[in-house]
Amino acid sequence: MIKLEARPTPSKFWTYASPLLALLMTVVIGVLLFMLLGKDPVKGLGVFFWEPIKSANALSELMVKATPLLIIALGLSVCFRSNVWNIGAEGQFVMGAVAAGGVALLAEKDTGPWIIPAILLAGVLGGMVWGGLTALLRDRFNASEILVSLMLVYVADMVLSYLVFGPWKDPNGYNFPQTKTFEAVTQIPRLMEGSRVNVGIVLAALGVLALWLFLFRTYAGFKQEVSGLAPAAARYAGFSSRRALWVALLVSGGAAGLAGALEVAGPIGQLTPYVPAGYGFAAIIVAFVGRLHPVGVVFSALLMSMFYIGGELAQSRLGLPKSLTGVFQGLLLFNLLACDTLMAYRIRFIKPVVMTPKGAN
Amino acid sequence: MDSMALLLAATLSAGTVLAIAALGLLINEKAGVVNLGAEGMMLCAAIAGFATVVHTGNTWLGFAAGMVAGALLAAVFGVLVIWLNTNQYATGLALSLFGAGFSAFLGIKYVQEKLPEQTQYVLPFLSDIPFLGVAFFRQHPMVYIAVCIAAGLIWFLGSTRAGLVLRSVGESPESAHALGYPVRRIRLAAVVAGGALCGLAGAYVSVIYTPLWVEGMIAGKGWIALALTTFATWRPARVLLGAYLFGGVTMLQFHLQGVGVSVPPQFLTMLPYLATIVVLVLISRNPLWIRVNMPTSIGKPFYPGS
Repeated sequence: MIKLEARPTPSKFWTYASPLLALLMTVVIGVLLFMLLGKDPVKGLGVFFWEPIKSANALSELMVKATPLLIIALGLSVCFRSNVWNIGAEGQFVMGAVAAGGVALLAEKDTGPWIIPAILLAGVLGGMVWGGLTALLRDRFNASEILVSLMLVYVADMVLSYLVFGPWKDPNGYNFPQTKTFEAVTQIPRLMEGSRVNVGIVLAALGVLALWLFLFRTYAGFKQEVSGLAPAAARYAGFSSRRALWVALLVSGGAAGLAGALEVAGPIGQLTPYVPAGYGFAAIIVAFVGRLHPVGVVFSALLMSMFYIGGELAQSRLGLPKSLTGVFQGLLLFNLLACDTLMAYRIRFIKPVVMTPKGAN
Repeated sequence: MDSMALLLAATLSAGTVLAIAALGLLINEKAGVVNLGAEGMMLCAAIAGFATVVHTGNTWLGFAAGMVAGALLAAVFGVLVIWLNTNQYATGLALSLFGAGFSAFLGIKYVQEKLPEQTQYVLPFLSDIPFLGVAFFRQHPMVYIAVCIAAGLIWFLGSTRAGLVLRSVGESPESAHALGYPVRRIRLAAVVAGGALCGLAGAYVSVIYTPLWVEGMIAGKGWIALALTTFATWRPARVLLGAYLFGGVTMLQFHLQGVGVSVPPQFLTMLPYLATIVVLVLISRNPLWIRVNMPTSIGKPFYPGS
C-alpha cells in the first residue's frame, strides 16, 4: 500500500526537481503519442526541442513568442501568490490590444515617436480596466473572480470582433474584418536589424527585476503574499485583503494589457479577430511551471514558447495538427501538479496491517 | 404565437445542456470537490460523442461515449486532487486547458463530417395540443431526461441514506471518516458521476444541439454550468430553473437577430456571458445566502489521519 506522509517542511530538492520530472513525463507521453500516430518520435521531439533553438533566427522567434507569455505570467504570479484566481488574462490581453490598437489608429504619417509610449500606456490601462472590473465585482459584490474573469474573456473577444467587423474596419481592406495596417511610426522598435525581437523583451526583463524586488525586498510584497497564504494572519496583522485583491488584479491586468499592446503594435501590426492566440491561458501554465517565481517563469516562458513553435512546425513538417501545442501544455501542467505532491509529501510503501480485535482468538 | 412556441422549445433544448452539466457538477460539489475542468470534459465528450455517431450512426452510443470520456477525465482529476492532494482550482484549470487542446487535436479529422439525419421525436396526442405541443412535446428525449435527473437528484440527496452520506462528506469529511465512511472513495465516485454527466451534456451539444464539430464549440457552457451551481445555491430544482433561464438568454440572441433588431450581432453573442456575470453578482452580494447553502468543505482537501 502506498501512503503519503506529510513532510515537516517542503522539500527543497523537489521544488526544483518537480518541474523537470514533469517535463520528462510530458516528453515520455509525447514519444508514446508520436509512436501511436505512426510518426518518428525522434523527429517529433526534434521539432519541439531542437528546431526552436538550433539557429540565431530560430532563437529570435523563440524570444518573440516567449515575451508576451513572460510578461503575462509575471503579472499572474503576483495574482496566484495572493490567492486571487484570475484566469481571464486572455481577456485582459485582448482589451490591452484593443486600447493600444485604438491609439495606434490615431497615428498619422508625421506623428512623432511619442506615440509608442502612448500605445503601451493605453495597453496597460486597457488591461487594468478589464482586470479592475473583476476586482470591483469581487470586492463590492463578492462575485467569484474565477468565473467573472473568465466570462470577461468571451466579452472581450466580442468587443474586438465588433470593432474589426464594424467601426474600425479598414475601408480599403476588401471587406476583410481587420483594421488598416498601423503607420510605420507605431511599430515597436526592434532591438537589431533582421530580427523580430523588439523592445518588449527589455520590458519583460525589467518586469522580472521589478517582480523580484516587489516580492522579496518590499514590505508591500510581503503583505501581498501573507494575505494570500494566510488570510487570517494577514487580518490579524492589519493587512488589507481588499488591497491585495486590487493590487493582484490591477497588476496582472496591466501586464496582460501591456503584452497585448506589444503584440498588436509589434509582430501583428493591425487589429484582426486573430489577436487572441491563447497566450493568456498558456501564461497560467507558465506561471505555475515557473513556480510563481520571477526567475522560474523566464525558463517556463521559453519552454512554452518552444511548444508553440514546435506545434507550428509539427503542422508544416509532420502533418500533425497545430493543437498538439495545447495537448502538451495541458499535460505539462497536469504532470507538474502531480509531481508537486512530492514537495509536500513523502511516499511511503507500507504493508497493510490486518487489525484483529483483541481477544478474538 | 408560433414563433413564441418555437422560442420556448429552443430555450428548453439550450437549457438542457446547461442543466445536465450543472447537475453533474452539483454532485461533486455536494461531496466537497470543485471541478473547474467542466469545459475541458465537455469538449472531449463532444468530440468523442460526435466521432462515435459518425462511425456507428447511433445517437445513443454517442451519448454513452461522451459519458465515458467525461468520466475518464474526471477520474484522472479525482485521483490527482483526492489522493495526491493537488490544488483543486489549478488541477481543474489544467483539465480545461488540456481538454481544449486534446479535443481540437482529436477532432481535426471530423471538422467537415456530417451526422446522419436526426429522428424527429414527437409525443403522440400531446404534441397536437396547440402551442404547448410545439413548445414542450416535440423535444429530443434528453430534454425530459434532464428533468428526470434533477428529480432523481432531489430524491437522492434529500431522501436516501447514500445521499446523506454524500452530503456529509462535503460538509464534514472528518466526521464522515470517524463514522467509518471511505471519504476519498465517495468523493471519487461523486467526481466521476459529475464527469459522466458533463460528458453527456457535451455529447448532446455535438450530436443533437448543434450537430457538428468545431474546435472550442462548447464556448464557455462548462463555465456557465459552474456558475449555475452557485447561482442555484446548490439545489437541483434551482439548477434546472437557472439552466432554462440561461437557455432563454442564449436563444434570445438568435430570436432578436431573426426579427431584425438592429444591434450588432457581437453584442447579442455577449448576452449569456454578461448574464452570468450579472446573476453571479446578484446572488453573491448576500454572503449569508451563499454561506448557508454552500457545502462547508467545498474545495478543501481531506487526507485521513493528517
